[in-house]
Amino acid sequence: MIVRRVLWMPPTLFGLVLIVFAISHVIPSDPARVMAGENASAEQVQVLRHKYGLDLPLPQQFLRYVGDVATGSMGTSLFTQRPVAEDLWSRLPATLELALYAIVLAVVVGVPLGVVAALRRNSLLDHMVRIVTITGLAMAAFWLAILLQLLFSMWLGLTPVQGRIDGWGPDPITGFYTIDALLRGDWTTLGQSLRYIALPMLTLALPAMATIVRFTRAGVLNVMSSNFVFYQAAMGIPRRRVVWKYILRSALIGTLTQIGLIFGLLIANAVVVETVFDWPGLGSFAVSSILQSDYNAIMSFTLFIGVVFILVNLMVDVAQAVLDPRGR
Amino acid sequence: MKTLRRLVRDRSALLGLVIVAALVAAAVFAWPLATFPQDVTNYDPPHRLLAPSGTYWLGTDRMGGDIYSRLLFGARITFLIAVVATSLAVIIGVPVGLVAGYYNNRVSELLMRISDVFLAVPQVVLAIAIAQTLGPAIQNVILALSITYWPFWARLVYAETRSLRNEVFIEAAIALGASPIRVMALHVLPSIASSVIVRTTIGMGGTILTAAVLGFLGLGPPPPTPEWGRMIAESRAFLPQAWWYAAAPGVAILLVVMGFNLLGDGLRDVLDPRMRRGGADAR
Repeated sequence: MIVRRVLWMPPTLFGLVLIVFAISHVIPSDPARVMAGENASAEQVQVLRHKYGLDLPLPQQFLRYVGDVATGSMGTSLFTQRPVAEDLWSRLPATLELALYAIVLAVVVGVPLGVVAALRRNSLLDHMVRIVTITGLAMAAFWLAILLQLLFSMWLGLTPVQGRIDGWGPDPITGFYTIDALLRGDWTTLGQSLRYIALPMLTLALPAMATIVRFTRAGVLNVMSSNFVFYQAAMGIPRRRVVWKYILRSALIGTLTQIGLIFGLLIANAVVVETVFDWPGLGSFAVSSILQSDYNAIMSFTLFIGVVFILVNLMVDVAQAVLDPRGR
Repeated sequence: MKTLRRLVRDRSALLGLVIVAALVAAAVFAWPLATFPQDVTNYDPPHRLLAPSGTYWLGTDRMGGDIYSRLLFGARITFLIAVVATSLAVIIGVPVGLVAGYYNNRVSELLMRISDVFLAVPQVVLAIAIAQTLGPAIQNVILALSITYWPFWARLVYAETRSLRNEVFIEAAIALGASPIRVMALHVLPSIASSVIVRTTIGMGGTILTAAVLGFLGLGPPPPTPEWGRMIAESRAFLPQAWWYAAAPGVAILLVVMGFNLLGDGLRDVLDPRMRRGGADAR
């Protein structure tokens, strides 16, 4: 099963490149003209067009791009004139830091909330949790971002409105500002970067948390009615141990299968949330390159996310096979 | 009728139904319901950025437009995009899933691999790329959404058809000499219709959210179309003073998406006893 999925990765990615290439090359506007600027002469445009191979027939441009990708280079941004791979790598830590904090927060809050909601089914707490999850799943992430910005940054003045840090970040070790500041013992920078990351993290965490609560609650309810739980209760095993050890383990397998979905949700939301908070990650990079019709950047971003996405789903499959012997 | 009665008994499903009905009503009766219907296209600069009041129920925007009236007309845009885009996705996805699930050959493998390719990136990313390429217009938003969302229905129908393939009633139909198309249309499709309906209802919510993202990024229908996502984007320049400007369209999106989600959950409980609430379910 898993071997099969690994084997299907390259064709899937090839298909993805093909789709994105087709999409981005239908663009009626001429990127060479955009790059050269308003006042460029026809010759200057022609030079640029030739330089980036935009005058070649489409199939040839496509092969050239595939060749670039296969050798690890992702071409040059038509806009910043920098290698796209370099831009992507330099922006990756910002997005990773944000996404990791968001997912940790979502799990740490979401799993216990889901368990408690299931144990006290139809209690006031369960209803409240339900309202929060339903709202979390229906809210537009960019709107939540703006609301939090309005409340905490503009009205209460507790957090900065936009950005990741004042001035330059700490000297990179991991590329995560919070962790780098901690490792260097720089408490001012740490506090500052925490205040910057708080709101985008919350915005990303809420929908992910809603999904986790939902699946954990459903999983726990499902397992609670199974025979082995009755048996353990009859054996006199303390309820607390049954719940937090045996039930949770079975229930979390269901939640785990949703990590792929949650990750997709995080990335999708990161695209807009980073734009609202001006967070210098992959999402805001994608939006700005899309708005500038930067072919190479768009294709590389999509491909990059595609690879990460497929890898995450693969890891989920492996983890599931390890945790759940029934699936083997 | 029985379905409807059971649906109404479920309080949250009823709430969903009421919200969706309200959206339809707002879209259909936007003219008579609006307090300033002319504000959708006309500018009224002297009355710009006014706080909510008895005259302007939800305040006014940067052009002096009445936000309440603009929201009503925005419901038309939202409803149009969601219905047409989701229908197109269903029209593409369901036949693909049926064919791929009914046969067990290279074509089905190929069809499912193609849908995998579309699922290999988050839908928002693909939709943004397509919408940007095609340019900001309502038909392009619809096209972008249907191209990105059809694999969800293909996957669902594929899995359901696969599991029905060896059922006795399907084999009986084939043994009686029914053509593949007849079997798919008259025997398989009715059996899986309820899951498709549930998925489509919940899918409407997802489509509306993604459409709002496109509008927010300026890839939606151009102004003065009162698209909700764009209204939120416009409001950002006037925060924190004009908070109502940002709040109202966001609440509208929230309510409508919630309405479709609740209705979908309720429909699942009623139509599909195998998947009662609490069972495994996607967004």
